[in-house]
Amino acid sequence: MELVQIQRRLVDYTKSLFMEGFLDAQFLQLQQLQDDSNPYFVFEVVSLFFEDSEKLLNELTIALDQPNVDFKKIDSHVHQLKGSSSSIGAQRVKNACIAFRNYCDVQNIEGCLTCLQQVKQECYLVKNKFETLFRLEQQIMASGGSVPTIELGF
Amino acid sequence: MESCNCIEPQWPPDDLLMKYQYISDFFIALAYFSIPLELIYFVKKSAVFPYRWVLVQFGAFIVLCGATHLINLWTFTVHSRTVASVMTTAKVLTAAVSCITALMLVHIIPDLLSVKTRELFLKNKAAELDREMGLIRTQEETGRHVRMLTHEIRSTLDRHTILKTTLVELGRTLALEECALWMPTRTGLELQLSYTLRQQNPVGYTVPIHHPVINQVFSSNRAVKISPNCPVARLRPAGKYMPGEVVAVRVPLLHLSNFHINDWPELSTKRYALMVLMLPSDSARQWHVHELELVEVVADQVAVALSHAAILEESMRARDLLMDQNVALDLARREAETAIRARNDFLAVMNHEMRTPMHAIIALSSLLQETELTPEQRLMVETVLKSSNLLATLINDVLDLSRLEDGSLQLDLGTFNLYAVFREVLNLIKPIASVKKLHVSLNLAPDLPEYAVGDEKRLMQTILNIVGNAVKFSKEGSISITAFVAKLDTLRDSKAPEFLPVLSDNHFYLRVQVKDSGSGINPLDIPKLFTKFAQNQSTGTRNSGGSGLGLAICKRFVNLMEGHIWIESEGLGKGCTAILIVKLGMPERVNESKLPYMPKMPTNHGQIAFPGLKVLVMDENGVSRMVTEGLLLHLGCDVTMVGSSDECLRLVSHEHKVVFMDICVPCIDSYGITIRIHEKFTKRHERPLLVALTGNTDKVTKENCMRAGMDGLILKPVSLDKMRSVLTDLLEHRVFFEAI
Repeated sequence: MELVQIQRRLVDYTKSLFMEGFLDAQFLQLQQLQDDSNPYFVFEVVSLFFEDSEKLLNELTIALDQPNVDFKKIDSHVHQLKGSSSSIGAQRVKNACIAFRNYCDVQNIEGCLTCLQQVKQECYLVKNKFETLFRLEQQIMASGGSVPTIELGF
Repeated sequence: MESCNCIEPQWPPDDLLMKYQYISDFFIALAYFSIPLELIYFVKKSAVFPYRWVLVQFGAFIVLCGATHLINLWTFTVHSRTVASVMTTAKVLTAAVSCITALMLVHIIPDLLSVKTRELFLKNKAAELDREMGLIRTQEETGRHVRMLTHEIRSTLDRHTILKTTLVELGRTLALEECALWMPTRTGLELQLSYTLRQQNPVGYTVPIHHPVINQVFSSNRAVKISPNCPVARLRPAGKYMPGEVVAVRVPLLHLSNFHINDWPELSTKRYALMVLMLPSDSARQWHVHELELVEVVADQVAVALSHAAILEESMRARDLLMDQNVALDLARREAETAIRARNDFLAVMNHEMRTPMHAIIALSSLLQETELTPEQRLMVETVLKSSNLLATLINDVLDLSRLEDGSLQLDLGTFNLYAVFREVLNLIKPIASVKKLHVSLNLAPDLPEYAVGDEKRLMQTILNIVGNAVKFSKEGSISITAFVAKLDTLRDSKAPEFLPVLSDNHFYLRVQVKDSGSGINPLDIPKLFTKFAQNQSTGTRNSGGSGLGLAICKRFVNLMEGHIWIESEGLGKGCTAILIVKLGMPERVNESKLPYMPKMPTNHGQIAFPGLKVLVMDENGVSRMVTEGLLLHLGCDVTMVGSSDECLRLVSHEHKVVFMDICVPCIDSYGITIRIHEKFTKRHERPLLVALTGNTDKVTKENCMRAGMDGLILKPVSLDKMRSVLTDLLEHRVFFEAI
């Protein structure tokens, strides 16, 4: 059955995301919050995250370009980004943010720039992953099936 | 042949005389020769004879004498010169030896005589020893008799048998005619004949005790010879010519009380029995010393045996008594248990029965309060509510007290926030205090741990009771509540001598002092304060709104918490200080996180845990705000979202039960908001619980939150289960700080 195959692919794909460290347990929590009264909860949250993160990354790029770098502001932005990413379970983004903050604390511009690049990279990656995930889900929904819940043992 | 020079005739005409001399000489010589032979023979036979050489001498002497006489035989006739010379030699020798022997005898004869004396002496000695041997044998026999007697006497613990046996054995050993025992009567004024040897059924003769002879016998512990005409000795049928000698001895009757432990029994008893022994009449027997000694020893043994018998009787009696008492006690205990069980059943039933309508009254009254009411109606409803609350409290108090007395009350131990307890008490008491214009201050020592293990509800009840009393009895002034960790020296207060605190690593003693400037208490009344139902009626301004149980219950709670509570007052009008010390446990670090975290519950999507619970979520970060909203929506809450502190302050109302604030340094001044929310809601029950959501995992944040007056702290990220359990805990305990 095609539906079953797609479902299995979804499950495998999600598992691989966990294995590779893109997602962590928080994402599972998010999935648990999705129910019949709120069927697109995860999608909404993730979309919001990407909107936010784009805005924040732009701000950060501008801020780091300044001659006098306002580290406080950068710190607050990164903090926001970290909060958002941890809220949806984007683990790698969150880790990158943590590293970014460390460099921010010591006011190391070079380090900050490197970290910014990394964060951007991670965001881009996880965005792609999520898009694939959602596409699969949509396919399943369109076929009339239900999205299988992931039971991961950690 | 030469003729000798002697002028003796050749053959004298007296032939007869010559012949007789010849024969005599011959026999003398024979005798003289045979005597030594005999001597030698007999000496050889006897092994012991010290004077051999004397004998030799003597022998020599005799032999020579004999030889002389023998040689003399030849001199009767004509004899040659050789014979003469031999004769002369013999005579000379004889003379020498006899002289020497004579000299020797001078030395020897005294010795021989003394031998005789020694012999005599030894004979006397032997006779004496024989006598002594006889004596010892007699004594040994006596001893044997005594042992046998004692054995007989002590082999039984029956009084009657002891005495009978004594008399029989004594009679047998000493071959008595009659032996009698006189016991003192109950009054102690007479001696009654109790036992006799020959007369089988002694008639109850009595003899007054104060007879000189009897006194004499009683005053000495020896056997005393008494006259046969003495009243105690007149037992035999008259008509004998010569009554035998009579001896009497006292037998001390020892009481139990005479036997002191580790002491010898003092013979300071006043009671003696008299034993009278009579030798057979018409016999010339006398009482010998050893017989008297035997009698004395026997008397002592009898005394001991009798006291043993008495002790045994006593202990048997005591044991029977104890058994009876035991049975009675058992019965009483069972009855008491039945009564308690009946009472408990009654209470349990009444508890339920009473609480149900109470609950209905209180619930409905409070619901009524929420509706539209005219002022008079509101007043009425409030009164109803107040009265029913009082009644409910009273019911609880009574039930609690009965359970406390039972000992069936157990503390609900748990980790709780100590600071919150005090804050709660303060908040509860503030309204009343402000009405009475009393100033209440709370002073918590910095070293007071924020969490403690104990029975939170009852601790709060106790503190509230004390503080309530302080407020009740103060018309003006101030009330100060101080709490700190009691150190060892403060623990050992002179006011609490029986309170012996033990410090250990995972416990601490909380000391709370509530000082008021109110009406004070008369120091004499202080002990009565903690007794049930006792009320101090001295001051007329007393608000008799209490059942008098409050302090009694407090005391019992405090006792359960291994503490102590007491009140000090300098007198009427001088205010008083209530001091409370309880033992609380130190929470382990692990416990904090274990606290509210229930094991993973199966996520039931259909289950809505908190229907309609109004919460406000304040978070600048859109994403996390959305996630939190989703969480709470999933749990069925009614969520309002705000993105800034102003919005939060604007929108927060008393309908919101919980406010989740995302704090992040340095974005929002969440502490400022907290304080302003506290100010906005003065009534505690109206103020929503303030919970901080943060990703900051450091203690400073947590402490800041607590100091600012937040009721909780949760670490992000929050899972669904965690939020569910946190909310449950929050709503129940009104405080939740996650362990960091």
